[in-house]
Amino acid sequence: MERTENISKSPVGMAEKPDGYEGAGFFATSLEKVVGMARKNSIWPLPFATSCCGIEFMATMGAHYDLARFGSERLSFSPRQADLLMVMGTIAKKMGPVLRQVYEQMAEPRWVLSVGACASSGGIFDTYSVLQGIDRIIPVDVYVPGCPPRPEQIIDGIIKIQHLVENESLRRRDSAEYKAMLNKYGIE
Amino acid sequence: MDTNESLIGQAPPEEKQYSYLNLGPTHPATHGIFQNVLKMDGEKIVDAEPTIGYIHRAFEKLAERRPYAQITPITDRLNYCSAPINNIGWHMTVEKLLGTEIPKRVQYLRVIIMELARITDHLICNAVIGVDTGALTGFVYMFQQRELVYEIYEEICGARLTTNIGRIGGFERDFSPKAWAKIHQFLKEFPVILKEFENLLKRNRIFMDRTIAVGGITAERALSYSFSGPNLRAAGVDYDVRVADPYSSYEDFDFIIPIGSNGDVYDRFMVRQEEMWQSLSIIKQAIDKLPDGPYHAKVPEFYLPPKEEVYNNMEALIYHFKIVMGETDIPKGEVYHCVEGGNGELGFYLISDGGRTPFRLQFRRPCFIYYQAYPEMIKGSMLSDAILTMSSMNVIAGELDA
Amino acid sequence: MEASAQEKIINSLKQKYEGDILHIETPYGFLTITLKKEKITEIIRYLYDNPDTKFQYLTSLGGVHFPDLNQIAVVYQLHNLVSNQRLRLKTYLPVDNPVTDTLTSVFPAANWMERETYDFYGVNFKGHPDLRRILNVDEMIIFPMRKEYPLEDQTREDKNDSMFGR
Repeated sequence: MERTENISKSPVGMAEKPDGYEGAGFFATSLEKVVGMARKNSIWPLPFATSCCGIEFMATMGAHYDLARFGSERLSFSPRQADLLMVMGTIAKKMGPVLRQVYEQMAEPRWVLSVGACASSGGIFDTYSVLQGIDRIIPVDVYVPGCPPRPEQIIDGIIKIQHLVENESLRRRDSAEYKAMLNKYGIE
Repeated sequence: MDTNESLIGQAPPEEKQYSYLNLGPTHPATHGIFQNVLKMDGEKIVDAEPTIGYIHRAFEKLAERRPYAQITPITDRLNYCSAPINNIGWHMTVEKLLGTEIPKRVQYLRVIIMELARITDHLICNAVIGVDTGALTGFVYMFQQRELVYEIYEEICGARLTTNIGRIGGFERDFSPKAWAKIHQFLKEFPVILKEFENLLKRNRIFMDRTIAVGGITAERALSYSFSGPNLRAAGVDYDVRVADPYSSYEDFDFIIPIGSNGDVYDRFMVRQEEMWQSLSIIKQAIDKLPDGPYHAKVPEFYLPPKEEVYNNMEALIYHFKIVMGETDIPKGEVYHCVEGGNGELGFYLISDGGRTPFRLQFRRPCFIYYQAYPEMIKGSMLSDAILTMSSMNVIAGELDA
Repeated sequence: MEASAQEKIINSLKQKYEGDILHIETPYGFLTITLKKEKITEIIRYLYDNPDTKFQYLTSLGGVHFPDLNQIAVVYQLHNLVSNQRLRLKTYLPVDNPVTDTLTSVFPAANWMERETYDFYGVNFKGHPDLRRILNVDEMIIFPMRKEYPLEDQTREDKNDSMFGR
């Protein structure tokens, strides 16, 4: 009985309304803002978990630090259905082509979150077999440092991705600048 | 109809078309990064070819570059689900090389931490077995319990997962009252949840149908593949390093070694489940019998002196400098020390030539050794059974590749 | 392991293979026997079957590179689970041609361990069913654990080698 009382007392949170003109029965705003708001609250991540950071990600997805409340309820293991590629853990040189293939299979718009020191820069493994940062092979949007980062830091990274998603122009993926960046990585 | 019969007459019976399924390096349920190319006859598996090395981080070469105290963070990342066991195993190896005497209190505290780590490792494995049979709720509940253990680790060493716990010679400080409070709280709350989780799966019709007589291995084959740990005990061999070569005062504690009979997935699940109960009992015994004493051994060449002495005492300052720069004198020799990790006998073969870094450090990784038997274990079974066998063997990619 | 148990093992080995034993020592109480490399599989098979020794569990198999001796040692660690005795056997191979016999006929567990030793040191195990690289990329031409090769990837430009430790 106590539980239901608490639920009815707490205010229900809703997403913030973007700026626009309001009237009786209509709300006018720009398409970019609406699409941004919809996208940011429903990011479907692809957890590319390789090592220890993967266990911290599992803790982030768990009940204590729930990632699902940010809209990432459905983890997609198929790149075709995912928005955000979360690379968590060390990427060895043997794994590089696999990561590249997974990234190329994702449909636009796609974002990449590099979780952990190993994915960002090679971490403590400055060795011949470890790729010194995934940004050598794919473009990265947000880096989350840590070894492994606390779940709060991973959530902070997700929130920064949400800022990027919300404020992205609808035409960005077709712009010449973006295409030039992809060409730098050799991705078509 | 005669057309159908003529078709049947034409099909050659020996030329079977096998299909190849790539259970690729990235697969759901985050078991780890390794690849299996399965040769399938419909839904049955005829052969499997594993490929590993997708997370090879060259630990052994890295260890030749780092002084002894700096190797502890590397050992964390071997079996990262139970990192304290690896750390303490490495510390014990160096202490064996130096020939130091470790106080009883340190040994008991180490036992408490190692058994907590063993519980967390088995929690993940059993929760993942549940997930692979469809019981997703157990996973969420078990990860909540891991959070309690993470808080205990944080009180002791500051980190959650890759703990780098303790030092060569003991601990940097005694456990604080808050840590003891959290340990007692854990000992009160955890058995209730563990019992709930066990009741969810132990006599569950679906779980038993999916796991009994799946992925089995006989004791002889398991021994010839050098299995160790819960996988070997599920096959029926009672080899446990804690009992065979007791280290860190394990001989003072009273616990049983659970063994299975068939070596199948159900036996492995139950062995791990029972080991968690035994670990809880060991922790209780260690807390009850905990002796007083120093929390570190007298190893001035390896153990950082307290900061007040470093600022006031010349000798302590010199020791501090030498230890941090790794310029301490280390005896020459070769030593092998093994501990009972979450997966089995985790061994450290250390050759020292007197320099500040090891000459050769080989990690005897149980996962790497018993994963070889995987193709043999899944021959003739269905694809879903292969997934279940893989998750029940508790293959951790960090330990597989090193 | 007490001295008498170790004596028994040494005696039963000396009964048949006296000529192959090069050196016996017990660092930190662990019986270590250095052997000639020619009959190593035969000797381990003998230790497996002989009722006095019965070493039927292979704990580990690894290589060590000694650049000053120009040799690569292969270290086998065996364990008798029933009587709880451990044994370490070492064989030394010349660096320019490290060839030795495979152990897979005695222990199937040696399969991947030998592949790892080949991957790291280039030791060629004659008779191994599938000797190829296991942990490193297949295209690698060097054997990286040998002492002459550096730890770091020399083509990286974002790390500063003048920092401490490199």
